[in-house]
Amino acid sequence: MAHLEVQNIVKTFSTRSGVAFARALDGVSFDVEKGEIIALIGPSGCGKTTCLRIIMGLETASSGQVRVAGRAVSGCGYDRGMVFQHAELLPWRNTLSNVGYGLEMKGVREPELSKASSHYLELVGLGHAARRRPHQLSGGMKQRAGIARALAIDPEVLLMDEPFGALDSQTRETLHGELLSIHGKTGKTIIIVTHDLDEAVMLADRVIVMQKGAVSEIVPIEIGRDRQDMRAVRTSAEYSKKRTLIWEALHDHETQAA
Amino acid sequence: MSTATQPDGALSSGQAETVNRRWSVPNWMITTISVVIALLIWEYFGRHANPLLATYPTAILVAAGNMFSDGRLLSALLQSSQPFVAGYIAAVVLGIPAGLLLGRYRLFEAGFGIYVTAGYATPLIALVPLMILWFGLGFAVKAVIVFLLSFFPICLNTWFGVKAVPKTLIEVGTAFCAPQSQIMRGIILPATIPYIMAGLRLGIGKAVIGIVIAEFQTAISGLGGIIITSANAFRTAEMFVPIVLIMVIAVVLTELVGSLERIVAPWQSEITGQDSA
Repeated sequence: MAHLEVQNIVKTFSTRSGVAFARALDGVSFDVEKGEIIALIGPSGCGKTTCLRIIMGLETASSGQVRVAGRAVSGCGYDRGMVFQHAELLPWRNTLSNVGYGLEMKGVREPELSKASSHYLELVGLGHAARRRPHQLSGGMKQRAGIARALAIDPEVLLMDEPFGALDSQTRETLHGELLSIHGKTGKTIIIVTHDLDEAVMLADRVIVMQKGAVSEIVPIEIGRDRQDMRAVRTSAEYSKKRTLIWEALHDHETQAA
Repeated sequence: MSTATQPDGALSSGQAETVNRRWSVPNWMITTISVVIALLIWEYFGRHANPLLATYPTAILVAAGNMFSDGRLLSALLQSSQPFVAGYIAAVVLGIPAGLLLGRYRLFEAGFGIYVTAGYATPLIALVPLMILWFGLGFAVKAVIVFLLSFFPICLNTWFGVKAVPKTLIEVGTAFCAPQSQIMRGIILPATIPYIMAGLRLGIGKAVIGIVIAEFQTAISGLGGIIITSANAFRTAEMFVPIVLIMVIAVVLTELVGSLERIVAPWQSEITGQDSA
């Protein structure tokens, strides 16, 4: 049994009176093994973010179900931790208490709260910025805090919605390295939504290509676990082969549409 | 996003500013100079005008001194401030929660939003005669009029503030299983504070109008009463004393709300980069 199972998710958006007007997801299914990093990639409007939001419980599926560690989930839950596209830290909390937000909601009280928050803050390399407010952080630091906040509740699965999309490419690459090292330390299962081909190939064990609300291809990336040497990965034959493969998968759709 | 290029530098905009900041005339000094010039112009032209029709700053000051020493000014101030404070506090205590509910729950918005919009848009002064029939001529009617005028801007601003809270910020609460009450207290309320504060300021302006109108229309008393009786007796300088006093009090109260915002929401002025409100 897979760690996370997405089973035949359908999502139709409808008006308030119940008239369906758009089919965002049309029977999406995939499995994620424990400790795996999965990238969901596809053109905008393909439903990848909707899919992630359904897994998180921010939206409800019209039919189908999501199972985490064998249990069907509905709504929010501390078995899943969400990293938002623009970090979405609360501006009135400092970094430390932003990281502790989920723990607080989970019912963790002082002194455990500060202890655990500090631990995760250190894990993402923000120990020195504990007392700063979000507007005093750079984009990269905000996103690290967002990752720490999601990790702090110790979820089974970390869900990331285009977390590095708004960052400049240098910061993005630094954070790729850190995400891989965090993954090495925590062994978390990660699903990352992205529109960045290199990001997908660089980070993921498997890349799920989505088109028009359905899974069109699942591409395993066999680079192996040790990806700390990002330069070596970039120049490897597997990297360029898989990059081309996924590029073609994304491109097929465009030529069909045109 | 310009700060994103420094992965760990965390430049706040303040650092960059201090580098190129040259000494410049502080705001308060500009304001003071402006007020002094305005007063001098008034003084000059006022002295050359018919004292029945116009007056000038030093005459107002003398009148204020006389009214202060015979106790008229203080007792009028006390008379006016009691219903003012009562009405305004009631408007704050009811207006903010009402606005939060209107902004958060569709049922409230669809059911009651129309009354708040109407109440804000209607010149409620038109209701004063009716209020007198209901509440008489004393303390109650003044407090009610102040309440009516200040409730709507406070409520309306809070309501719109809640509507302006980014959906994604609320989703943070949802994703971490925050209960509804926590989302309201821990996310919506703090995110709405700038709007609430703007409402409180607008409310003060309206409340001042309310108390003066109430004192004109009901029992002639308080600061508004002095205005009416002095004007009727052609004591123009005396008439201006309560007007100036009300103006000063309104400005001070408005500034106080501004400092209140910096105390309850210090992050806000840091974000907007305004160290003076």
